[in-house]
Amino acid sequence: MRRIVLWLLSTITVLVLLFGYRTSLSGPTVATAVRPPTDPGTGGTTDSRTVTGPSVDTRWGPVQVQVTISGGKVTAITVPVYPDGNRKDQEINARALPILVREALDAQKADVDMVSGATVTSEGYVESLQGALDQAGL
Amino acid sequence: MTTRYVDHVMGMPISLAVRGRHAADERARTAWAEVMASLRWVDRVFSTYRPDSFVSRLDRGEVEVAECPPEVAEVLALGELAERRSGGAFRVRRAGVGLDPSGVVKGWAAERAAVHLEALEDTDFCLSAGGDLLCRTLDPDAEPWRIGVEDPHDPTRLIAVVPVFTGAVATSGAAHRGPHVVDARSGRPPTAVASVTVVTASLTWADIDATTAYAHDRDAASWLSGQPGRAGLVVWSDSTTTTV
Repeated sequence: MRRIVLWLLSTITVLVLLFGYRTSLSGPTVATAVRPPTDPGTGGTTDSRTVTGPSVDTRWGPVQVQVTISGGKVTAITVPVYPDGNRKDQEINARALPILVREALDAQKADVDMVSGATVTSEGYVESLQGALDQAGL
Repeated sequence: MTTRYVDHVMGMPISLAVRGRHAADERARTAWAEVMASLRWVDRVFSTYRPDSFVSRLDRGEVEVAECPPEVAEVLALGELAERRSGGAFRVRRAGVGLDPSGVVKGWAAERAAVHLEALEDTDFCLSAGGDLLCRTLDPDAEPWRIGVEDPHDPTRLIAVVPVFTGAVATSGAAHRGPHVVDARSGRPPTAVASVTVVTASLTWADIDATTAYAHDRDAASWLSGQPGRAGLVVWSDSTTTTV
């Protein structure tokens, strides 16, 4: 479990570094609160804990990532220290960045509310991911 | 607790997820009916598939812009602005095709319809028009809406997730309709890019910019990164990705 958390922390730090470049050039930065759809494959414990990674200095400023684990799953990832970090700006995130996941969509498992894709026709809707999602939630 | 609503208009599914005070009550159902009525009106006015729509009659020279509802002039002006920003890759009128403002109408129409949802107090929503969507979150303690981005190479998979509190996400690609977007400069559909997803405040512009970036083909990511206030994801034909 611990190794997985550290791996996630390092992965996420890299993502934040990548994202930091663009956001630092273009105004207010944004932190994202995410529950990755991936099941870490551990499970078991029901206690919730938060692990904070080291603060890493980047050319755009310090970056720190915090991961909350509950019931053996990562339930939240926050970025308490972010280049140009400003809590107020982080509240609205119209410019949130996509986080690569590569997940097969089992509507519930992927834990998404909506799917953005090339325009789905009404004919193709029933077999689409959005269709599966609506079916599951209706 | 999220309540979902689904209906169809313009040949595409409209999905709504609502949470908060007016998620499942009479106010929510009325707002949803108003959203659909708004979209149906847009379809009647703008559809290029309906010979009696204002846009079809305008294209045949049977009416002037001034005789159409003022929204027609608004959409044509948006199209013109989109054309200028696109460096010619995006056009609403092309030789042999005629007037086709579809590239502007979808996001604009959904954003316009969403005003009926914005009127619901203490209520968060996520409205999707065929894969282009608009989110609002008022509850400061709420989780962001989680938007899955479809993998253009395998639409049964997601390639990314975007957490959005308030804002729009639109994707352009050929996964479901085949090559219906072409670079207006060459008249050919893109080959190097598989899909473009744009995240920004306005759904009108998320939709326009996703289509424009997609039409730019191999220049999709560089064009998008030059547009202020946009974030996004470009998925290339070889399955590599660029985050903008």
